[in-house]
Amino acid sequence: MAEFKLPKNSRINKGKHHKANGGSNLTTFKVYRWSPDDGENPRTDTYEVDLDSCGPMVLDALIKIKDEMDSTLTFRRSCREGICGSCAMNINGTNTLACTSSIKQFKGKEIAIYPLPHMEVIKDLVPDLTHFYAQYASIKPWMQTDSVPLPDKERLQSIEDREKLDGLYECILCACCQTSCPSYWWNGDRYLGPAVLLQSYRWLADSRDEYTGERLEELEDPFKLYRCHTIMNCANTCPKGLNPGKAIGEIKKMITQRHAL
Amino acid sequence: MSSTNRPLSPHLQVYKPQLTSMMSILHRFTGMLLALGLVVFTYWLYRIVTDANIANQITTFFASGLGTVLLFAWIFTFNYHLCNGIRHLFWDAGKGFEIPTVYKSGVVVIVMAVLLTAIIFFMGRLA
Repeated sequence: MAEFKLPKNSRINKGKHHKANGGSNLTTFKVYRWSPDDGENPRTDTYEVDLDSCGPMVLDALIKIKDEMDSTLTFRRSCREGICGSCAMNINGTNTLACTSSIKQFKGKEIAIYPLPHMEVIKDLVPDLTHFYAQYASIKPWMQTDSVPLPDKERLQSIEDREKLDGLYECILCACCQTSCPSYWWNGDRYLGPAVLLQSYRWLADSRDEYTGERLEELEDPFKLYRCHTIMNCANTCPKGLNPGKAIGEIKKMITQRHAL
Repeated sequence: MSSTNRPLSPHLQVYKPQLTSMMSILHRFTGMLLALGLVVFTYWLYRIVTDANIANQITTFFASGLGTVLLFAWIFTFNYHLCNGIRHLFWDAGKGFEIPTVYKSGVVVIVMAVLLTAIIFFMGRLA
């Protein structure tokens, strides 16, 4: 159910201010902090960062803060080039990857950084993605076939069939779209969400997969699929420029057409 | 969901309002208002056949200052829900999912809803 207010233990207090050690090109970063160890509510700490001695991306600033100002700041990061999906977070109101989000675009204004929305926080900017991964596993994200005998080399696709997977296979499962979706906020326990449904469609659209019918039956559920109300926050926020809303629309169409036959 | 004391990260509190989500919540909201309005409308019709006095009082109310504002809002509510409903039909047909198209169709819906509301409202005044 929709709970619009944050629970008591999640309300955010004002935190500490960390001044820069000199420098003239300063930008303030407001960062969400919560530690499981001190029993306190979350807070937002502010850090002044000198951009003259900082890399161009928001992730560079976070690394600089952790390196030089506050080693307790916790966040996920790995590839720093937008392919691993680790540093997904909410930056100035929309979900994106810190490593591909430039500091410059905010024109010197304060940059507010929160963990991915409506998720359980493990620490600071690190949300618990266990449920998301379990939902991903539930759609059986692998090729399923029955045909015998098994081919002794790879299954071929026509160029046209292969093209149907463009815009689907590029997903890096960063959960930006998943946690931008108000419907997922209110019904995330049962609604599969944009990222998982995009991946589900990736296998429905694959000419080599032989379980299309079973997959559609599995999805035909008031919650799993039909909690999508075409809000389209998902496509608006995807750091890879993909369109989960469109993929979900295609799934709904496939189910309708299946019943019409 | 969990037995730990882990907080829930902020959502509505921090997520930037944007055309996509705002038009969606307005669609839901206008839908609820229309359901409510239908009760009022049915009562009004019922009173026209059962008690002309009460029906006249209702008519007089909707001609008053506050009534006019409510009526205007009611007409807009109807037109917005209608136009955005048509936008949803296009999506159901698998069309118009690209983000630039979503924004264009969104603006068209808002403009059409305002325009239709103005037309219906002023035609009613003229009659």
